[in-house]
Amino acid sequence: MLDPYKIREDFPILKRKVNDNPLIYFDNASTSQKPKQVINAIKEFYENHNANVHRAVHTLSQEATELYESAHEEVAKFINAEGMEETVFVRGTTEAINLVAYAWGLHNLKKGDEIIVSLMEHHSNIVPWEMISKITMAKVKYGKVNDDGTLDYESFENLISRKTKIVCLSHVSNVTGIVNDVKRVIKVAHENGALALVDGAQSAPHMPVNVKELDADFLAFSGHKMLGPTGIGVLYGKKDILESMEPFQGGGEMIREVSFNPKTKRCSISWNVLPWKFEAGTPNVCGGVGLMEAVRYLKRIGMENVKRHEEMLTKYALPRMKNCEKAKIFGTQDTSVKCGIIPFGIDGLSSHDVALFLDNYGIMVRSGFHCAQPLHEIFKLSSTARVSFYIYNTREEIDRFTEVLKEIGQF
Amino acid sequence: MVTTEDYVARTEGTCGKEQDVIVTFKFDKKDEAVKKILAKAALKKSIAGIVFELTFRKFSFRLYGSGKAIFRDLKDKDELNALLSELLS
Repeated sequence: MLDPYKIREDFPILKRKVNDNPLIYFDNASTSQKPKQVINAIKEFYENHNANVHRAVHTLSQEATELYESAHEEVAKFINAEGMEETVFVRGTTEAINLVAYAWGLHNLKKGDEIIVSLMEHHSNIVPWEMISKITMAKVKYGKVNDDGTLDYESFENLISRKTKIVCLSHVSNVTGIVNDVKRVIKVAHENGALALVDGAQSAPHMPVNVKELDADFLAFSGHKMLGPTGIGVLYGKKDILESMEPFQGGGEMIREVSFNPKTKRCSISWNVLPWKFEAGTPNVCGGVGLMEAVRYLKRIGMENVKRHEEMLTKYALPRMKNCEKAKIFGTQDTSVKCGIIPFGIDGLSSHDVALFLDNYGIMVRSGFHCAQPLHEIFKLSSTARVSFYIYNTREEIDRFTEVLKEIGQF
Repeated sequence: MVTTEDYVARTEGTCGKEQDVIVTFKFDKKDEAVKKILAKAALKKSIAGIVFELTFRKFSFRLYGSGKAIFRDLKDKDELNALLSELLS
């Protein structure tokens, strides 16, 4: 098991107070806090190595390039990808999914084709597909979710047919913390000749994710949810699929050659090799360096340990939360199918009231739709409050949180 | 003359079907704002002197000692501004 007390020493922000109370940060599904190792790596980069990458022969550029490429390699190993050719750096999960929707979808979808997504998805795994369906006339079909928030596998898999071109599913729901059996769904997608995209925003930071074992064609995740800086994320794609795709955006970095032909009066363009073909413009070099350090930090802890710690906290929190007057927990409470995300409400109070009340005691939780309105419609809820745990959270924090919840219940 | 802008750092519509508005008071003015509002609005109930359920005219809202307030059932931003203007004057 990991030692959260030792880990907390690495997170300067956890020492601060909010509203005269020690900070309790339970909004990790939204973004995680950053250890000093990541903060120092960013500082070190800007103080000693900052330069543009892949563009100059001078020493700083070489150092920056080496760091940026090492970051790709480190991330590739983290998810067991073949190498850096398969790890494209993007701004985050949203951009990764948009990249696939546009760079792959625009050239591979047409009228009569179908895109399968589930109703538990984050808006970022719904909206790009709806947008691309308007352009390509392909149809988006939605797989049902059961009343307890779990995926209705039978209904979902029944939607997959030879018409299906891509199946898009979150590995872990950002609202309920339910872990989907994506491996099973990917197999069905492949049996029908479709590709499979996994939204790993809530899985990659919290559990071991092995793209080869899952056989995912695409995996999207964000750096800022896994101790890294904001503005950096990853699109994993199988090399042959990425190679067959057209670029997402055009500009510097993503081209090998742009040559003007005086006869045709046009430029002929050839693309750069992977992954740079999909990284147009000056990339977020420092973000990549920060992400590399975050990945190293998580690897030192071990992703199995991360998963076990969050399981322990969830098992500890659920009965204590249920014990609070007027508190209601939404979605399944079966910890064998969920990780450290618990959506809840207090009778008679809006989720925002609950969040503001907790904020008064220095406890940070999320309130609202969590960018997953369709799932809230299934639950017939106008919004929910949500606690989500990470490596630095402790049982004592949960004790304090439930004490305050009991107080809220009296309101 | 004191204006709403003297006290309010930001207002933000909430995410969710409720369409509530959260008002955050400026850090250095929050205690004064809370005091003024408590003097004007009618108290329905409170917890530990840090959360206050209040009514003012036809509106009910909650005020938090941390310097935030949540307003509901407002027609638009003008209605919120008029309400805040009265409460903070």
